[in-house]
Amino acid sequence: MTAFIIRRLLQSVFVMLVVALVAFLMFNYVGDPVNQMVGIDTSFAQREHLRQELGLNDPTLVQFARFVGHAVRGDFGLSYQHKRPVADLFKERLPATLELSLVAALFSLLVGIPMGVYTGLKPDGWLSRIFMAFSLVGVSLPTFLIGILLIFVFSVILGWLPSYGRGTVVAIGGWTTGLLTVSGLKALLMPAVTLGLFQLTLIMRLVRSEMLEVLRTDYIKFARARGLTDRAINFGHALKNTLVPVMTITGLQIGSIIAFAIITETVFQWPGMGLMFLQAIQNVDIPIMSAYLILVAFFFVVINLIVDILYYVVDPRLRVDTAKANGHA
Amino acid sequence: MPRPDTETAAPAAPARHTTNFLHRLADSDIFYSFRHSPVTVAAAIVTLLIIFGAVAAPWIAPQNPFDMASLDLLDAHTPPSWEADGNPKYLLGTDDQGRDLLSAILYGSRISLMVGFFSVLFSMAVGVSLGVVSGYVGGFVDALIMRIAEIQISFPAILIALLIDGVLRTLIPEAKSEQLADTVLIFSIGISGWVQYARTVRSSTLVERGREYVQAARVIGIHPLMIMVRHILPNVMGPVLVIGTIHLAVAIITEATLSFLGVGIPPTQPSLGTLIRIGNDYLFSGEWWITIFPSIALASLVLAVNLLGDWMRDALNPKLR
Repeated sequence: MTAFIIRRLLQSVFVMLVVALVAFLMFNYVGDPVNQMVGIDTSFAQREHLRQELGLNDPTLVQFARFVGHAVRGDFGLSYQHKRPVADLFKERLPATLELSLVAALFSLLVGIPMGVYTGLKPDGWLSRIFMAFSLVGVSLPTFLIGILLIFVFSVILGWLPSYGRGTVVAIGGWTTGLLTVSGLKALLMPAVTLGLFQLTLIMRLVRSEMLEVLRTDYIKFARARGLTDRAINFGHALKNTLVPVMTITGLQIGSIIAFAIITETVFQWPGMGLMFLQAIQNVDIPIMSAYLILVAFFFVVINLIVDILYYVVDPRLRVDTAKANGHA
Repeated sequence: MPRPDTETAAPAAPARHTTNFLHRLADSDIFYSFRHSPVTVAAAIVTLLIIFGAVAAPWIAPQNPFDMASLDLLDAHTPPSWEADGNPKYLLGTDDQGRDLLSAILYGSRISLMVGFFSVLFSMAVGVSLGVVSGYVGGFVDALIMRIAEIQISFPAILIALLIDGVLRTLIPEAKSEQLADTVLIFSIGISGWVQYARTVRSSTLVERGREYVQAARVIGIHPLMIMVRHILPNVMGPVLVIGTIHLAVAIITEATLSFLGVGIPPTQPSLGTLIRIGNDYLFSGEWWITIFPSIALASLVLAVNLLGDWMRDALNPKLR
């Protein structure tokens, strides 16, 4: 167990270093940082002085070490476009993205699991067929298309919901939230559904197939023979055993929710990190791009690590058979 | 010498071969399962129609939307022909530059399909070669490739495509970025999808490597590269084609998404995603058709390809029969 976690930790550190290297190379070799900072009338001597001062003449390895040192402390320099520290920009936008992602994840779980259980228990019911057809559409349609269609129906035709922004937000400490105002909640509704829909269909299909599989096992037959109520069998025994893979997938999907937030935030002009990152790509704002790269990689690595460990803790079979755990990981 | 014989027989052989093949196809389980799944037949028809429309666009489209000279700005924002202000010349209306939407969609699906297709080919080439090498050579090379694959698969493909695309765009000088846009996209989407091919091919290669024909080839001293290409490769390609079909839908979605986000195909030669992006700006002024028609085209294409891929996976998987 300890060996497993240490191996995983080392791997995570390695991933972070690789990502940091990519970010560093981008930072240092895409364009000349000195040119980005000074005007045309700066003399060559002044440029050289600045170059020396910024440490750009040091060996690459030293520069990389310095870059990592700064990154660990959350210092990514100034944004070319906003002329402000990148860390501050991210701090401002982090709440918007996290709030959106969290609500989307909750939505997909709270709707996806019951739908999956229902379609698993009644695979031939007409409602199940509708759910399955719906899930196919959910898997096939690109996220941005779902967003546009929602905007078209609920903002343009019906005029019920706002199509962009976060509405009124309340600041609590350093955190801004739209969950406490009516306009904030209204603004959150469509982006959260758009972002959560793909995960919802995924979770629903997963729960369904797991339920179908579990319901065929001997211990369920035995539980029926013992005369337990359907309720106790379906929810106490069957559902409980479907939740391990659901947990893993959900954990892994939190990462992809944050990634897909780039798309949703663009469609709804949601003032989060994803939108900022996309604008940074369009404006070649390297500091923001490399900071986002590192931040997202960090989220992913941490989530993957937690999921791996949880997987290990929850499923006792893996603790006995380590070889199998490696295969799954 | 049997050579003259084969030469005279040669012209007849392919024909007989084809009819034979068609007969075998018609009798096969796969065709049976195809015929008895109306959804799949419908999906195949839709896919073929779109591919036909895309390929034949220069001949069947009413207008060439890339030819700036044929565009008339006065015709911009014309609604579909059945609406009150519609012009019968433009069946589905026009966009903000006076492009006929039907033509733009036909040409747009051409670009979407092309980028999707080449991205899949590129992914396949990278993934299959790395997979064969990984499985055949083993050892350190295998560990390295599989570690990279493991790391990459923990990030969503669309994020990787977006990052590579973003970095490449910063590297390319502005003047060339429009010309190279599709190459950059194909490269980014291609790189984001190789892992699945590599993993599948690696595991089949591991099986094939132990077979007698490979050992025999090794014993008579054939170069390892030759063994990989000539002997192992043909035997591991089966599942790759199934992955390819499913991947095509993903690649088309990724292309559309990147173009929609404004980091894909530029508006001068719009793909379906770019068209949707253009139309999105006019959604609120009541000009819904600029967005909705390309969206319908994209959704039907992706849905149809997905359904075909799903069917193919099930039909070729003997466990599910």
